[in-house]
Amino acid sequence: MATYLEFIQQNEERDGVRFSWNVWPSSRLEATRMVVPLACLLTPLKERLDLPPVQYEPVLCSRPTCKAVLNPLCQVDYRAKLWACNFCFQRNPFPPAYAGISEVNQPAELMPQFSTIEYIVQRGPQTPLIFLYVVDTCLEEEDLQALKESLQMSLSLLPASALVGLITFGRMVQVHELSCEGISKSYVFRGTKDLTAKQIQDMLGLSRPAVSMQQGRPLQTPEQPPISSRFLQPVHKIDMNLTDLLGELQRDPWPVTQGKRPLRSTGVALSIAVGLLEGTFPNTGARIMLFTGGPPTQGPGMVVGDELKTPIRSWHDIEKDNARFMKKATKHYETLANRTAANGHCIDIYACALDQTGLLEMKCCANLTGGHMVMGDSFNTSLFRQTFQRVFNKGYNGEFRMAFGANLDVKTSRELKIAGAIGPCISLNAKGPCVSENELGIGGTSQWKICSLDPSTTLAIYFEVVNQHNAPIPQGSRGAVQFVTQYQHSSTEKRIRVTTIARNWADAQTQLQHIEAAFDQEAAAVLMARLGVYRAESEEGPDVLRWLDRQLIRLCQKFGQYNKDDPNSFRLSESFSLYPQFMFHLRRSPFLQVFNNSPDESSYYRHHFARQDLTQSLIMIQPILYAYSFHGPPEPVLLDSSSILPDRILLMDTFFQIVIYLGETIAQWQKAGYQDMPEYENFKHLLQAPLDDGQEILQTRFPMPRYIHTEHGGSQARFLLSKVNPSQTHNNLYAWGQESGAPILTDDVSLQVFMDHLKKLAVSSAS
Amino acid sequence: MSVNQQAHTGPPYGQPQPGYQGYQQPAYGGQSLPGVPRSQYGAYNGPMPEYQQPVPPQGSLRAPPTSGAPPPASGASHPSGHLAYSQFEHGDVQNGIPASAAPMQRPPASQPFLPGSGSTPVSQPSAFQQYGPPPASVQQLSNHMAGMTIGTATASAPPPAGLGYGPPTSVPPVSGSFSPPGSGLYTPYSATQGPPPTSVPQGLPVAQPPFPGQTVSTQRLPTQVPGFAPPPPSTGVGPSSYPPTTGAPRPPAMPGPPLPGQTLAGPPSSQPNHVTSPPPPAALAGLHPGPPMSGLHGPPPPTHPPQPGYQMQQNGSFGQVRGPQPNYGGAYPGTPNYGSPPGPPPPPKRLDPDSIPSPIQVIEDDRSNRGSEPFVTGARGQVPPLVTTNFLVKDQGNASPRYIRCTSYNIPCTSDMAKQSQVPLAAVIKPLATLPPEETLPYLVDHGESGPVRCNRCKAYMCPFMQFIEGGRRFQCCFCSCVTEVPPHYFQHLDHTGKRVDFYDRPELSLGSYEFLATVDYCKNNKFPSPPAFIFMIDVSYNAVKSGLVRLICEELKSLLDYLPREGNMEESAIRVGFVTYNKVLHFYNVKSSLAQPQMMVVSDVADMFVPLLDGFLVNVNESRTVITSLLDQIPEMFADTRETETVFAPVIQAGLEALKAAECAGKLFIFHTSLPIAEAPGKLKNRDDRKLINTDKEKTLFQPQTSFYNNLAKDCVAQGCCVDLFLFPNQYLDVATLGVVPYQTGGSIYKYAYFQLETDQDRFLNDLRRDVQKEVGFDAVMRVRTSTGIRATDFFGAFYMSNTTDVEMAGLDCDKTITVEFKHDDKLSEDSGALLQCALLYTSCAGQRRLRIHNLSLNCCTQLADLYRNCETDTLINYLAKYAYRGVLSSPVKTVRDALINQCAQILACYRKNCASPSSAGQLILPECMKLLPVYLNCVLKSDVLQPGPEVTTDDRAYIRQLVTSMDVAETNVFFYPRLLPLTKADVDSDSLPAAIRNSEERLSKGDIYLLENGLNIFVWVGVSVQQGLIQNLFGVSSFGQISNTLSALPVLENPFSKKVRSIVDMLQGQRSRYMKLIIVKQEDKLEMLFKHFLVEDKSLSGGASYVDFLCHMHKEIRQLLS
Repeated sequence: MATYLEFIQQNEERDGVRFSWNVWPSSRLEATRMVVPLACLLTPLKERLDLPPVQYEPVLCSRPTCKAVLNPLCQVDYRAKLWACNFCFQRNPFPPAYAGISEVNQPAELMPQFSTIEYIVQRGPQTPLIFLYVVDTCLEEEDLQALKESLQMSLSLLPASALVGLITFGRMVQVHELSCEGISKSYVFRGTKDLTAKQIQDMLGLSRPAVSMQQGRPLQTPEQPPISSRFLQPVHKIDMNLTDLLGELQRDPWPVTQGKRPLRSTGVALSIAVGLLEGTFPNTGARIMLFTGGPPTQGPGMVVGDELKTPIRSWHDIEKDNARFMKKATKHYETLANRTAANGHCIDIYACALDQTGLLEMKCCANLTGGHMVMGDSFNTSLFRQTFQRVFNKGYNGEFRMAFGANLDVKTSRELKIAGAIGPCISLNAKGPCVSENELGIGGTSQWKICSLDPSTTLAIYFEVVNQHNAPIPQGSRGAVQFVTQYQHSSTEKRIRVTTIARNWADAQTQLQHIEAAFDQEAAAVLMARLGVYRAESEEGPDVLRWLDRQLIRLCQKFGQYNKDDPNSFRLSESFSLYPQFMFHLRRSPFLQVFNNSPDESSYYRHHFARQDLTQSLIMIQPILYAYSFHGPPEPVLLDSSSILPDRILLMDTFFQIVIYLGETIAQWQKAGYQDMPEYENFKHLLQAPLDDGQEILQTRFPMPRYIHTEHGGSQARFLLSKVNPSQTHNNLYAWGQESGAPILTDDVSLQVFMDHLKKLAVSSAS
Repeated sequence: MSVNQQAHTGPPYGQPQPGYQGYQQPAYGGQSLPGVPRSQYGAYNGPMPEYQQPVPPQGSLRAPPTSGAPPPASGASHPSGHLAYSQFEHGDVQNGIPASAAPMQRPPASQPFLPGSGSTPVSQPSAFQQYGPPPASVQQLSNHMAGMTIGTATASAPPPAGLGYGPPTSVPPVSGSFSPPGSGLYTPYSATQGPPPTSVPQGLPVAQPPFPGQTVSTQRLPTQVPGFAPPPPSTGVGPSSYPPTTGAPRPPAMPGPPLPGQTLAGPPSSQPNHVTSPPPPAALAGLHPGPPMSGLHGPPPPTHPPQPGYQMQQNGSFGQVRGPQPNYGGAYPGTPNYGSPPGPPPPPKRLDPDSIPSPIQVIEDDRSNRGSEPFVTGARGQVPPLVTTNFLVKDQGNASPRYIRCTSYNIPCTSDMAKQSQVPLAAVIKPLATLPPEETLPYLVDHGESGPVRCNRCKAYMCPFMQFIEGGRRFQCCFCSCVTEVPPHYFQHLDHTGKRVDFYDRPELSLGSYEFLATVDYCKNNKFPSPPAFIFMIDVSYNAVKSGLVRLICEELKSLLDYLPREGNMEESAIRVGFVTYNKVLHFYNVKSSLAQPQMMVVSDVADMFVPLLDGFLVNVNESRTVITSLLDQIPEMFADTRETETVFAPVIQAGLEALKAAECAGKLFIFHTSLPIAEAPGKLKNRDDRKLINTDKEKTLFQPQTSFYNNLAKDCVAQGCCVDLFLFPNQYLDVATLGVVPYQTGGSIYKYAYFQLETDQDRFLNDLRRDVQKEVGFDAVMRVRTSTGIRATDFFGAFYMSNTTDVEMAGLDCDKTITVEFKHDDKLSEDSGALLQCALLYTSCAGQRRLRIHNLSLNCCTQLADLYRNCETDTLINYLAKYAYRGVLSSPVKTVRDALINQCAQILACYRKNCASPSSAGQLILPECMKLLPVYLNCVLKSDVLQPGPEVTTDDRAYIRQLVTSMDVAETNVFFYPRLLPLTKADVDSDSLPAAIRNSEERLSKGDIYLLENGLNIFVWVGVSVQQGLIQNLFGVSSFGQISNTLSALPVLENPFSKKVRSIVDMLQGQRSRYMKLIIVKQEDKLEMLFKHFLVEDKSLSGGASYVDFLCHMHKEIRQLLS
């Protein structure tokens, strides 16, 4: 093993796991002194081209409280046909099917390279995937038209056997029956009244038992189609019908008087969608896809009244406790989200409007169920169209990149306990011996449900070392963690993916350098960021920042090399060197700063931050900046105002935005039209290069980033200026005596100032 | 009875003119009394010639008797005759009007007759003669006269004549002013009447026949009093007994045997009015009959005595029995006893039905007297012809009786008088009544932007009674006397009589009824209304689908939608339509014209109803025709396999209401509903039908709604102008009392088709539906009745809602809906100025135009009770009493209500007896001429299903009828309570006319005939067991009685005159009623006959209702108790 970097890389490739520490401190006390908790980023369904699933059931440990899956770390007695669980040390006989195993004839799960393995199991009837469109009709004509087209298009992307359903809403909520000839039927609900699941099912006529028992009439037709058939139909059967139906969708006909918002019953519509699926297809993969063009304005879950003169709540209002609908609405959506999650369904929110749409209140719907959240300005934009299309993207093997109803079970060896998880999941409240009492994120359980996930969905899982200091772990022994993810594959198969990893223990007092060297600062930054963002959801922003700062200072104190009270002597080892910078940008990021962001935007950013994998998360924390110039090939440059030079084209990727920025000179050249002159073809190429690279990013990113093409002095340049480290501001413009770069008009501290302070505090003996 | 009658009929058939008499006779046979009327009928029908023939003889006879004074009258001309009568009667009876009415009737009737039979003349003569003898007992007579108004009137009339004869001329004055004189005359009468019995037979036209010449009699009689006529000949036969009592008795008595023919004629006239007259004759008969009628009387006398026992005297005729006693005292020693109830207990008890006032007779008299000339409304306080009479109305300043009818056209000046008389002062108003094509609709007046000219203080609208003063610059209100400036644009000079010069150019100055165009001030929210909408809401639960109802409705609607009401000459209706189906949930349909196919929107949230769509629910029929047709085609298919049996109801109404609210218009919901709404929803009902409650204090709960929910809903509906018409198709109890609340309070209608079967009920339902959809209707209506100072409208009955004490609010008001308004005094009235009513109805027309319809009516005021009694209208009175009683059952036990009714009527009659009739024996029943039918009609009300249900009457039926009656007009209540019974076999196949009706009693039916009975809801065709096969073949197309199917819902269409005639009669009757009547074939002695007998209202009913005769006795007893 060459370096830890490679090791980390390799592990991530193979298991989809990145630990903050790759050598674990062997006692609780030491672990806490490490400041950054022992935790990992897990991408349960990481795409593995080289991992063919096996077609049999996993072998489980027979201890009821353990049930760990047989894995390469287990000790096997080939003669006795026994294996010892590496978590609880229970000795288990192999099942009869394994009679023929031997050291040379090992099942896959025992081979070291299969630390991650996927089983296909046969359990229960397979139900087709379900897509329930919940469509807002209070849109502008153009928007609605675009949305209708997108929806119609999506029908061709769905698996042929998938069931689709359509609910539209405006002032009323309509559940469309899809199998009607000659007349189109829909069930209509008032948009102001919340209904229980039972009521909804009764009203939709889904409570069949009651109906058929009613009179014991002899007419019972034996082969009655499933009740749900009226509202959820296989795509291949009704795509024509549904296409027509979508085509005929009209804007909500109720008049909206001047100065009013249209009445939009999003809350009830979602409630009905949830109730409908709950009653008909519990515990099967289903997506409720909500398309909304504005805030809910009536009924349960309303976010703002219909008076236009009252603007939708801002962070300012929230701080002043002036958002009268927020709490109630949030509660409504939380209840819905929990119900949805309990049934294994997920809710996507596609919100396209220029103003806020209530994502703040509705965020839990997507967050708790693993659904997507997409925010755009209009349905009539490629941002929405492509994003939506990408939901139905297929993977390398022609399968949809989505999975449903995952159940993640984490098992640890005795020295570890599970503190919690942060990601698009809910707790399954599985208490057990390996569950810590200290919660980080969603804790108190060893199992979580992820209703919808895709190959990039990543959870942060936090552990606690519980081994006492006075019970040293034998040298060379390893701690182990097993992740068992059961899920419904997009092909509707039930699959189980098992990842078992092990790491060395080390005594922090004697082997700190090992531990230090095995620090994964990228993973650590993301893991700390997730914790911070998670806290920011419920705590005051400044508190979170202070907490982050303190953690950073403590880390620096612990791992920095310095002389007391001498900031200049402060040094960090290579494995920590980038960490403070990540923290600096994290502090400035929209995940923790709400200034200049609407509550909806904050919710949107945080939503994505809590589910993306490490690479993407890092981009979000610290955007990537590339420079294109005649001076050489494109190169990554510092995210610093000093990188903004007149003869450069900059390409910034913040995950949410792709910004292409033409330096002053370049912009002038472009205006002069040099790119059109044959003799300046190289200039043309230079202009084109960032566009091509941008396209590349756009192609793969979900959701589609906002694509911004701007130039020096352009209004949209603010997207770039707000991200770069303000090393030059109006305050110090000439202090550095440099002519390069662009001054940023801000009072924010720059990285240099930040680092100075950090050093000072780290070396201070006072703290 | 029937047997006897038949026997009679038999003879008449054979003997007299077979064809004619045959028919008529049987009928007559049934009705002994009708003699007189018949004569009239006969005359009308065509027998005229015959009559005349007979007349001559009589005439000759009469001539002499009348000769003195009467001759001129009688002989001269009818008019004169009338006059004479009227005078007489007035004098005698005091009931100027009734008397006049009676005479009037006669004249017309008699006119033809006069020459021959001239009933009037005859009577007079007879009277004279009689009087002659009676003088001694004059007073009694007078009493009779007074009391008997009609009967007496006639009877009395004669007497005065008798007295007056010498002074016939003087008589009028005397009679008019003094009852005594008349009475004096009368008394003798009564006394004599005892004897008159003999005359009675004569009195009945029949009577004459016997005398004059049998020939004549046969002819006339047959037609007229076939029964009688026959009797004479057949004396021996059963009928004999009848005839004697009725016709025979009197005439003889009166005329004295000597002038029988003539006298008879006289009496008969009297008889018609007052059945009583005959009875006395009976009593007398014993005496007199001997001679003239002997043959007839022979039997009668015995029978008669018993009658007297009843002591029933109507206008005098009833009194006979008693009268006789007192008067006869000597003559009838025994009878007196009878007079007193106890006296003639067992055998005598039987009062001859022919001797008591006959509705048929009254109707016929009025028809013949008043049907020929238009009723001109110029004069104040005129009593219009009866509702059963066909007449034209000329509006000359008062509203047509088609719009307003009053219980009395002469109002007591003081409340004391009103209280004393107990006669309710009420008006029955039908503001949007349909007029016959010959009469013009109210003119539409536009007073421009400032709106109709109104009194400043009481806000009464400009009307013919407003007095212009100061050269036309101001007008004084006729209601409150306030003086108001005439607006400049309305100014006009006055002519020398004080009338405006433009008097005849302005409907509001010259007519009783007209319309104003309302301005925006008269509109809700100060916005002109949108055109109204019709929403069809169809129950598609299992029952409705299975019975084929849903398909039927959908099919019908396809064509019916072309016939929505239109305003005037507009090309297409402005009314928009919408469709809803429902079972446990509601389905709305979007039928917007731009859609390729209809859209169905299901609303399951019945707990909180709303309308799921705005645009496309209410559409113009022509624009959306293809979509609507497609929808109506699909509805039956969509629900063909439904298994949903539960329904909701209140949410359906709410849905309609919400839809109208959303569309900001008024409208009407047509709800087709099949079952008790037990599905979980607001307004859910439970089955609470409990027959055990009947006759308990809790019975009223059966009429009350189960929950107040519907009352509140109705209130909301009214506020929006949402009228609900309900078509019910129940197979079991569905609580009409509760379901009907909303239709009732919103001015809607309920139609009920129990056990609906496509084959049998389809026509009825479709006809009702068509009519209901097409009929003229106003929306969002408010009616206020203003009165001149002194009286005030205090109580209202009908289908409406009232949020305050003066305004009657109706979400919808159609041309059949009637509101009965009761007035009370709050001050004195003056005879000079009379009393005025102005009924103003503000409504939205079917094209969405806001209008005011104004009806004005002026009434007389009186200080003499007699004037009141003389100007009453019993039909209207019954309309009021029935509505009053039917409302009473909501709050009081039915028995209490019944007792109160009887008591009030007893008081009315007792008051008359005490204050208006001349003193007479307490044993005499004396009825005011105008109210002589009060007992029989009242008995019908008391026996009606609501107040005394038979075992087969369901709770729903009672509730249904209760609500139905509450909106009925006078004509409808008249026929509803006293059904029309027509002998079909007597119909003249060559003419358009109806056969003469007969009285509703089984004994009037003949085995050999076919009868038709209609009451506005049902038509029964009753077939006697021994009807000729030929007739059966002709009518039913089967060869024998046994083969007639009683499941027929319509008569087969057969090409023969009889079938055609009968069917045309049925069609004609159907056309007269607002609802299509159910046709039921009843075979004699068949199970169904029980049902049929229920409608023979003069008989004892199975549920314990008294027979007419018994009830009359009871009334008399009550009256006597009050008097003593």
